[in-house]
Amino acid sequence: VTAGIRAIGTPNLREEFQRFVRFLLAEMRPKGPVVTPFNIITAVIMLTTAVLLVIRFAGGLGTITNLSQDVPWGLWIGFDVVTGVAFAGGAYVLTFLVYILKIEKYHPIVRVTVLNGFLAYVFYAGALLLDLGRPWNVINPVIGNSFGVSSVLFLVAWHFMLYMMAQFVEFSPAVAEWLGWKRVRRILGGLTLGAVIFGISLSILHQSGLGALYLMAKNKIHPLWYSEFIPILFLVSSIFAGLSMVVIEGSITHKVFHHRTGAKLRATHDDIVFGLARISMGTMAVYLFMQLLVFVHGQKLPYLFTGWGAWYVLELAGFVAVPALLYFWGVQQRRMPVVKAAAALTLVGIVLNRLNVSVIGFQWYVPVRYVPTWMEIVVTLGVISAELWVFRWVVNRMPVLDFAMAHGEQSASLPAAARSVA
Amino acid sequence: MIRRDFFRALGAAGTVAVSASTAQASETGAIAGTNDPVGVLVDTTRCIGCRMCEFGCAHANGQANGLEKPSFDEELTPQRQTTEKRWTAVQRHVVDGRAITVKRQCMHCLQPACTSACLTKAMFKTPDGPVTWRSGKCMGCRYCMVSCPFDVPKFEYHSAVPRIQKCQLCVTRVAAGESPACVASCPAQALTFGRRENLLDEARSRIYTNPDRYVHQIYGEHEVGGTSWLYLSAVPFDKIGFRTDLGTTSFPNYTKEFLYAVPLVLTLVPPLLLSLAKAGDTKDEDADEGGAS
Repeated sequence: VTAGIRAIGTPNLREEFQRFVRFLLAEMRPKGPVVTPFNIITAVIMLTTAVLLVIRFAGGLGTITNLSQDVPWGLWIGFDVVTGVAFAGGAYVLTFLVYILKIEKYHPIVRVTVLNGFLAYVFYAGALLLDLGRPWNVINPVIGNSFGVSSVLFLVAWHFMLYMMAQFVEFSPAVAEWLGWKRVRRILGGLTLGAVIFGISLSILHQSGLGALYLMAKNKIHPLWYSEFIPILFLVSSIFAGLSMVVIEGSITHKVFHHRTGAKLRATHDDIVFGLARISMGTMAVYLFMQLLVFVHGQKLPYLFTGWGAWYVLELAGFVAVPALLYFWGVQQRRMPVVKAAAALTLVGIVLNRLNVSVIGFQWYVPVRYVPTWMEIVVTLGVISAELWVFRWVVNRMPVLDFAMAHGEQSASLPAAARSVA
Repeated sequence: MIRRDFFRALGAAGTVAVSASTAQASETGAIAGTNDPVGVLVDTTRCIGCRMCEFGCAHANGQANGLEKPSFDEELTPQRQTTEKRWTAVQRHVVDGRAITVKRQCMHCLQPACTSACLTKAMFKTPDGPVTWRSGKCMGCRYCMVSCPFDVPKFEYHSAVPRIQKCQLCVTRVAAGESPACVASCPAQALTFGRRENLLDEARSRIYTNPDRYVHQIYGEHEVGGTSWLYLSAVPFDKIGFRTDLGTTSFPNYTKEFLYAVPLVLTLVPPLLLSLAKAGDTKDEDADEGGAS
């Protein structure tokens, strides 16, 4: 009987499989001109990164970084991981709005935001591996032969890993639709709410956990940036950091992937952005108030009249208060350029804040300051380039920006614009 | 053993974060409960700056750990630190025209920041007190370096197989009943090895018998919750390179509250979110999750 079934089943399966492989191979191919300025520049950066990483793994971290015994965590942790994860906060906020609060208005951008968040975690948290001195032991806290459960980093590492899985589940319906697996799609769709709830809980903990990492560096971080409230400040700022990233990223995506964007998203894009701007503005007001409380409560006034104080005021006034006001003005007047400028300034402010805690204000008293090498910067750009390539590959193939395509229909949108496709 | 298995089971069950905070409590409790750890008393008034401790250390630990043989040509500056090739370093401070030499190394905290920071338990405090590093577990994240209040752990930045380098308080010698190599090689009796409580008694009695010779403080008695290495000095400690702003709270305490919040968030937030989501449901239960609106 078994043989009979196999005899009937095998050719079909094989045929299916061959068709699947052919489909995948076809999808691997670039969908447009390969030689574009963007491609050339990023390819050069990525090739350089590959060479640098060979040197780094052959000779140690000191060969291409300026890390020292005083400053063990530099650009790769402070920017790639700590800042990158804050920027990826948009995914948990958006899923909260759409799947928990059921605000339909934001539904059209939820997939692209989750995809962005997922890739940000894969690449920027993945960049952590480049920074590890003994990356082959990275599995230790996972397989359970040495659980350092009293470590905040243990919690952060686990949450990164679990959250990546949750985000993949959140995004997986798009993959199933791309592959045309209707039944799988239905099952995966049923997992979304669970993944969202799990993902938001994890995000609350590891966004704040990234700040909690620095709690033990009490005597090393400049007092203007150290307080026992770092975790809460990191969490609140990740909300507007993530949303501002969604605004910026959305405006770029909207242009570059116009041909892939659904009619619905095209029609409501501006409303969505103004809504996000409003939420950002509110959170920024809360954040500023909390910073003020920390400042007063921590009796930090004496530090204000130093160079560090000026830097601190620049961060909070110039890159939180000003963009918050710009958001307010932009939303009131419905001026898209103003809102985009506000979002850009907000992102600069987040970079400043995260670097001030993790790199600039860290060991602020040592005479020799850490400045990243050009090679550290190139590797960072290489990681970003790789992420952009994968993002573009996915957006050009899967129903990310256009839900009409989600149901196997042909996109009603414009034919492919040449410049962005590969 | 039983406790470890318990946590392993918990972790495997996926309640990692929950165990994180409960373990934090018991871990620090266990370390604090190491009531009589070994330690060393350094009497800087007796130190003659001969650096025999450095030679002794390099001789005992050098070969296995790639340490450098000390050189006599080196000038003893106040900034001189331990490095990845030197587990102990003698500094020379000039206070009111008087030269004071100070041996520095890992303080071997009673509740170390580095061991609670380590997510693989590579940094490990042995029951007897020495804080050691285990190569097979370390992933080289350098969070121990970020956390250590004394900036002790050093990293081999120019190695493809880098190690964390720091004084291990000669853990194998101590286990064999010997004193640490530095103590054994000190010709001036500046270093005294023993149980911490006894060392504190000895330090106090030196202060009482020679009240003019010492400042009336034992550095390491209360700093960061207490350290196994204890120091006596003739001048205030901040003048001979010690940080006096570290406080008396043990460093793992700074993250304890955060870790306590973890199980709370993980148990309270999901039901809240679920009820919110369900409260917002319309009749259309089959609404396409993740799909078209």
